[in-house]
Amino acid sequence: MIEFRSVSKQFPDGTLAVDDFSLTLPSHQTTVLVGSSGSGKTTLLRMINRMVDPSSGTIEIDGADIAALEPVQLRRSIGYVMQNSGLLPHRTVIDNVATVPLLRGVPRRKARTEALSLLDTVGLDRSLAARYPNQLSGGQQQRVGVARGLAVNPNILLMDEPFGAVDPIVRAELQQELIRLQSELGKTVVFVTHDIEEAFLLGDQVVILRDGGRIAQVGSPSDILAKPADDFVASFVGADRGKRALHVERRGGSDILVDTDGRLAGVLVAPSAADATPDHRAPR
Amino acid sequence: MTWIWSNLDLLWDRTLDHLVLSVPPLLLSFLFAVPLGWVANRYRISRGVILTASGLLYAIPSLPLFFVIPAVVGTSLRSPLNLIIALTLYGVALMVRVVADGLASVDKDVRQSAVAVGYSGWSIFWQVELPLAAPVLLAGLRVVAVSTVSLATVGAVIGAQSLGSLFTDGFQRGIQAEIIAGIVLTVVLALLLDGALVLLGRILLPWTRLASTSRRALRAARVTEVSE
Ligand SMILES: Nc1ncnc2c1ncn2[C@@H]1O[C@H](COP(=O)(O)OP(=O)(O)OP(=O)(O)O)[C@@H](O)[C@H]1O
Ligand SMILES: [Mg+2]
Repeated sequence: MIEFRSVSKQFPDGTLAVDDFSLTLPSHQTTVLVGSSGSGKTTLLRMINRMVDPSSGTIEIDGADIAALEPVQLRRSIGYVMQNSGLLPHRTVIDNVATVPLLRGVPRRKARTEALSLLDTVGLDRSLAARYPNQLSGGQQQRVGVARGLAVNPNILLMDEPFGAVDPIVRAELQQELIRLQSELGKTVVFVTHDIEEAFLLGDQVVILRDGGRIAQVGSPSDILAKPADDFVASFVGADRGKRALHVERRGGSDILVDTDGRLAGVLVAPSAADATPDHRAPR
Repeated sequence: MTWIWSNLDLLWDRTLDHLVLSVPPLLLSFLFAVPLGWVANRYRISRGVILTASGLLYAIPSLPLFFVIPAVVGTSLRSPLNLIIALTLYGVALMVRVVADGLASVDKDVRQSAVAVGYSGWSIFWQVELPLAAPVLLAGLRVVAVSTVSLATVGAVIGAQSLGSLFTDGFQRGIQAEIIAGIVLTVVLALLLDGALVLLGRILLPWTRLASTSRRALRAARVTEVSE
C-alpha cells in the first residue's frame, strides 16, 4: 500500500507542481493517475521512488516513511517504465533487462538467464536478446522497458505514459498484455496517462487530476462514469458530450452504435457472440 | 630515392621518436580533459570559465610556450618533455570543449531513466554518460591526434628529435628527398593514428555501428511484430 499524506511539491523556480495531495493506493491493484499536461502526474509518480522529494507531507510504503529510505536502494526495489522506454542505447536488450539485478549484485549468468525468461513473460522473442534498442520497433522497445521494470520482481511498478509513443494498434496490444501480466503478477501498479480511455481500461482505481495535482475525483471507472463529481470530470471523461451515450442505428444490415456527435462507436452483437470475444477485465 | 634507401634506419628512428612525442600528449590530454569537461558541463559558471580558458590556451603561439614551460616546470630548455607538455596543453584545450559537449549531448530521458532504475551518481557517469558521450569524444580525439602529430614536428626547432628533424636537416643540407620523406611520413603517421582510433571505436562502441543498418532492422522488426 502506498500512502500520500498532504504531499506538496514546489520546485526551486517556484512552480507549485503538487498542492496538498492525499491518496491511498491499495496493494496489488492498478491506480491510474490521469490529467492533462502539467497537472503533476509525473511529479507524483517520481515522488514514490524519490527521484523527486516532496517539499512537505509524507509518503509511506506499507507503513514505512520513504523519506527514511536510501533513494538508490529504494529505486532498485521499484520497477519504473517510461515513455520512449528509456532503455540504455549502448546496452543490448538482454543487458538492459538485466541492468537492475546486475546493479544489485546478482551474478551475470543468473541475471541473464532470468532476463531471457522475462522476455518470454512480456511476449518478446528470445532472438531479439542480442539486439540494441535502436534495432527494435517502438512497441518492442516498450516491451523491453516493461521487462526491465519487472526484472527485480518488484512489488511496485511505476509506469509513466509507457504506451504514449506507439501507434494505436500496438498500444491496444500492449494494454492487453499489461492486463494479462497484471492478472498473473498482481503488482501494485501506478500508471500515468492523459488518455481517459486507457485509464478506464487499466485502472482499478482512477484518479482524475486538475492542475497542481488537485484531485477532481477518485473512484472505480464505473463510479466515475456513472457519477462524475463535477463539470470538470464530466467534460474530462467526455460524458457531457454524449461521447459515451450511445444509440443504435440500423445500417447496412447491422446494428451500429452511434454517439451523439454521429461518430460510429461500434457494432451491436448478439450476447453469444459477445461472450466469444475475450473479456478484458478478467478477475484478478 | 637512393638517399631514402640508404637512410631507412634514420627514417624509422625519427618515426619512433615522433610517436613517443605524440602518443603521450594524446592520452594525457584525454585524461585531463575528462574531469575538466565534466566540471564545465556540470555547473553553468564553471562552463564559461573553463571553456574560455581552454580557448585562450589554444591561442598561445607554440614558440614562446617552449620557453615558458621550462621556466615554470623547471625542465631543461632542450628536454623533449617541454614538447610533450606543450602538446598536452593544446590537446586539453581542444578536448575540454569536446568532453563538455559530449556529456551535454547525452539524452536527458536516458539519464533520467538510469536514475529511475537505481544507478548511483558515479555509476551513472561511468556506465551511462561517458559511454554515451564516447562517439563525440572519439571524434574529438581524432582531431587531437592529427593536430598533435603535425604540431610535434615543431619540436625540431627546440631540438626534440622527430619527423620534423628531417625537414630542418634536409633544408640545411639541401637534401630534397629527406624533406619529402619527412612530410610524407608525418601525413602517414597521422593517418595511421587516426585509423587506429577509428578501429578502437569500432571495437569499444559496437552500438554506434548500427546507425546505418538500424533502419533496415527496424523494418524487419516491424514485420515480425505484426506477424506474431
Ligand atoms: N524539475 C522541474 N523544475 C521546475 N518545474 C517543474 C519541474 N518538473 C516539473 N515541473 C513543473 O511542474 C508541473 C507538473 O509537471 P509534471 O511533469 O508532473 O506534469 P505531468 O502531469 O507529468 O505533465 P505531462 O502530461 O506533460 O507529462 C509543470 O508545470 C511543470 O512545468
Ligand atoms: Mg509527465
